[in-house]
Amino acid sequence: MSRLAIDLDGVSKSYGNKLVVDGLSFTVAAGECFGLLGPNGAGKSTITRLLLGMTPPDAGKITVLDMPIPARARLARGRIGVVPQFDNLDVDFTVRENLLVFGRYFGMSTRAVKALIPSLLEFARLESKADARVSALSGGMKRRLTLARALINDPQVLVMDEPTTGLDPHARHLIWERLRKLLAQGKTIILTTHFMEEAERLCNRLCVLERGRIIAEGRPHTLIEDQIGCQVLEIYGGNPHELSAIVKPYVERSEVSGETLFCYAPDPEQVRVQLHGRAGLRLLQRPPNLEDVFLRLTGREMEK
Amino acid sequence: MMGDRYAAALPSNAWNWVSVWRRNYLAWKKVALASLIGNVADPMISMFGLGFGLGILVGQVEGTSYIAFLTAGMVAVSAMTGSTFETIYAAFGRMQRTWEGMLYTQLTLGDIVLGELAWAATKALMAGMGIMLVATVLGYVAWPSALYALPALALTGLAFASLALVVTALAPSYDYLVFYQTLVITPMLFTSGAVFPVSRMPGVFQQVAGFLPLAHSIELIRPAMLGRPAGSIGLHVGALCIYTVLPFFLSSALLRRRLMP
Repeated sequence: MSRLAIDLDGVSKSYGNKLVVDGLSFTVAAGECFGLLGPNGAGKSTITRLLLGMTPPDAGKITVLDMPIPARARLARGRIGVVPQFDNLDVDFTVRENLLVFGRYFGMSTRAVKALIPSLLEFARLESKADARVSALSGGMKRRLTLARALINDPQVLVMDEPTTGLDPHARHLIWERLRKLLAQGKTIILTTHFMEEAERLCNRLCVLERGRIIAEGRPHTLIEDQIGCQVLEIYGGNPHELSAIVKPYVERSEVSGETLFCYAPDPEQVRVQLHGRAGLRLLQRPPNLEDVFLRLTGREMEK
Repeated sequence: MMGDRYAAALPSNAWNWVSVWRRNYLAWKKVALASLIGNVADPMISMFGLGFGLGILVGQVEGTSYIAFLTAGMVAVSAMTGSTFETIYAAFGRMQRTWEGMLYTQLTLGDIVLGELAWAATKALMAGMGIMLVATVLGYVAWPSALYALPALALTGLAFASLALVVTALAPSYDYLVFYQTLVITPMLFTSGAVFPVSRMPGVFQQVAGFLPLAHSIELIRPAMLGRPAGSIGLHVGALCIYTVLPFFLSSALLRRRLMP
């Protein structure tokens, strides 16, 4: 078993004449959490389908757990767990039945699955909901059940497509905590997200995608340091374009997004001095984060 | 590359499909009674409505009472409609989400297709047996020769499920499924000898009937239920097998294009 869990080499995929994944190459080491970031339509979901052999690539080589995809995708899927972007739980069934049925899809016996169900329910904190129908679950519970379902075959690799999209903050934190636990157990996770906080908290490494291509890759903090590397001052109120002209000599870079002015300033105090005495302005100074990187790379005024 | 694509669309082995069948069975168990009544009631209403009413006018058909003749036809019809509806409506509903989940596992699309066909055939068998049970009580069924009707029912279910899956694979929405039901299934009921003998139809229709799967099914089921010797069994079984196997490959290919583009 090599140290690489996932290896993409020059992978391309078009639907019709729309190029969705464009000569993509990256590797994910065993035990690593790798993030795929990008605006909607950047090709994130297509990459997860390619990894599972659910769509064949037009060009390039995909290897998951040393198995070529899609040639040996069926075998590889036996060691992969999937959390899709949209829940596809079986609404005809209860929580327990969903796990039972899904385990049998992996060729497990009814007895073997039933023996696993209590620990999975505990992991997903759904013990009290074992016999509730899926339709009676909240969004957060459904996601946790989907996560439990993805673990039923004790996978080495977890493929997660926007695992916390649509969840409230409490439910999101619970999922993050569970995912960290899985990483501590040595699982490999590849996750797509457009929550920068999620990527910053979980990912060892990540890449930012745009139109099916990688435009930046690295560790979250290295990326932040390389791409931004200074304090960020957010200025609300007033005319951002007018303010931008005033502070221009004192900042490395500034950007207007809606009614907010973002200043990337090595010395924010100088900017404050320039704006001193202006009424109605609110200033927020903070360290740079991944969102700044993402927005710098993909453009502030993107469709979200 | 092409080999991989076919591998994804074909069954991976001889038993993987069983978990798909068991999923449908578990879902069915929750609504078993309502489902059985639904599958059996419609052909029974035709059986009694037409059987008693027309029976008075028609008298004997091919040497038996009209209602016994019709009942045997309705058993085949119930297998046809039971498996068709399961495949065009229920499987269409499962196709987007439930099948997507199945494809995350070690099931292939071919395993799913096979499981769905086997399940539809099971429902066809249950529907046909439901009517046979009622007809037995009323004295229209010759046992034990009617036992031969059971494998014929299952095969009928497989053939119609396989045909319907092609429609499911092609239909953009539920509305298109109705076309198949009203333009193919309902006319087949009247041209395959279910309600009146094929031999009484105009010559052209008789020739058409020779190609209809329901006609072949009835040629197997009716003699069994009436306790008569069946003719050309090989031909009828062969025809139903062709209607099972060819659409199976066609729908697998179509579904691969639709679900795994």
